[in-house]
Amino acid sequence: MISIQNLNKVYDPNLIALAEISLEIKSGEIFALLGPNGAGKTTLISSICGLTRQTSGFIKVSGFDTIRNYKKTRSLIGLVPQEFPLENYESVIETVKFTRGLFGKNPDADYIEKILKSLKLWEKKNTPIIALSGGMKRRVLIAKALSHKPKILFLDEPTSGVDVQLRKEMWDLIIDLRKGGVTVILTTHYIKEAEIIADRVGILNRGKLLLVEEKKRLIKKFGKKVVSVELREKLYSIPKKLSKEKVSLSEDKNSIFFEVSNSDNKMGISNTLKIIAETGLSIKDIHTSESSLEDIFLEIIADEERH
Amino acid sequence: MNFNSIKAIYKFEMARAVRTIMQSILAPVVSTSLYFIVFGAAIGSKISQLDGVPYGAFIIPGLMMLSVMTTSVNYAAFGIYLPKYTGSIYEMMSAPISAFEVIIGYVGAAATKSILISFLILLTATAFVSFEIQHPLWMLILLIITGITFSLFGFIIGLWASNWEKLQLIPLIVITPLVFLGGSFYSTSMLPVFWQTITKLNPIFYIINGFRWSFFGSSDVAIHISLFCMITFLLLCITVVSIIFKTGYKIRD
Repeated sequence: MISIQNLNKVYDPNLIALAEISLEIKSGEIFALLGPNGAGKTTLISSICGLTRQTSGFIKVSGFDTIRNYKKTRSLIGLVPQEFPLENYESVIETVKFTRGLFGKNPDADYIEKILKSLKLWEKKNTPIIALSGGMKRRVLIAKALSHKPKILFLDEPTSGVDVQLRKEMWDLIIDLRKGGVTVILTTHYIKEAEIIADRVGILNRGKLLLVEEKKRLIKKFGKKVVSVELREKLYSIPKKLSKEKVSLSEDKNSIFFEVSNSDNKMGISNTLKIIAETGLSIKDIHTSESSLEDIFLEIIADEERH
Repeated sequence: MNFNSIKAIYKFEMARAVRTIMQSILAPVVSTSLYFIVFGAAIGSKISQLDGVPYGAFIIPGLMMLSVMTTSVNYAAFGIYLPKYTGSIYEMMSAPISAFEVIIGYVGAAATKSILISFLILLTATAFVSFEIQHPLWMLILLIITGITFSLFGFIIGLWASNWEKLQLIPLIVITPLVFLGGSFYSTSMLPVFWQTITKLNPIFYIINGFRWSFFGSSDVAIHISLFCMITFLLLCITVVSIIFKTGYKIRD
């Protein structure tokens, strides 16, 4: 669906926004672009959508070049920007109709009504933008982006500044759009968001694409499980038998814990637990916790910073 | 050609004027009436005729030109500056629309609004003086060319401006003085020779006089010179706008 090859965006020699980005985004997937502030997420989206001109490299959407065939590629794309760039005194319905027209489509009152109803904006259709809450404005931007029935939807930080309920509604909407055949690419600081809705994840830092992986595979590949064994009696030093197992003692001396990578956790856990049992320690309880996508993300970024 | 996109921009810009319809109609009617009271009745009564035309009628083409030039610049400049200011220009840049189509939409709307207002001034003038238009078709053609040209110029200002002050700068310190000093309210024959020469350096003088010719069949300048000036300025504006869109100046990073 989207093919990016050796994409570079250089503002000046000291400011490289994107460096040799190559990426394939598949049709019908939800792809999350993760990265800290200034990583290049918005620049990458802007380059695909036509807001920024790349310094070098190629971007193709459905096989069409975004520069040579810009009319074709842009007609396939809807964009929801990060801020609220709306004209305050326009009504909700007029601004959505305007976007549909701008994208070259004939008026379609039924479709506009359907979008506004699905985004719970129908009651506010004649309300000027200035009178809407932040969450409502976000929905208006989504309605505008969907007004011309795009095949690809870009969402730049879609849930920043929205409340918990609206965030959940946004996620449901994104999942529904995917079910309807729309490819969704979102950028987010909120890693939990990617963990919940994304199929694949790309991590950007300082303009470089560090990795692209299926979310489940990424968690399996880089994730860790922490096993905490609560003891019936305090333990003041790790028994010799456990010294090879990378087992640590908790500060309160009431439990010991060890890490097992997700890729081989079954054998790792049973082996270590067997050795603990052999030492004669009396176990009160066992807890496990898995590393989240956020933990993995932070580790990858930290690793990149170290290098 | 993406007609739906052009229509969307055009309608959106026209709707902006409709939202402030009272201001759009009242302002030109009141200001024209004031001009006629001050220049037509008070000063005009001291001037019998200019080039065989009663003074009240003589200033009508000047008033219409003053209006069409300033409003088309303001409408077009504001029209493209506001999306830049609010950030909503992202839509224009991500839409499947060419620079040429964007220009037609914005410039078309600004020119339409300014031409309609100048007709409103013409209508208001009939309440104060009686006159006949010698070449109505030429009057319409010249009005349309001027409206389009100055809308293009306004579009350039709107793209160039990085703040509200800059947006107002050119219309206030360049356009308005040049229009006032371009023979809107007087004939060059009323000026000393030195100032006649200075006036002839003002390009707007030729545009206003061409328009006056369409009303009265005579003016300070031959019509073909006026037409040449108008078309040269039009082509200059088209060239600058084309370069701006081609290079992405002040639009794309």
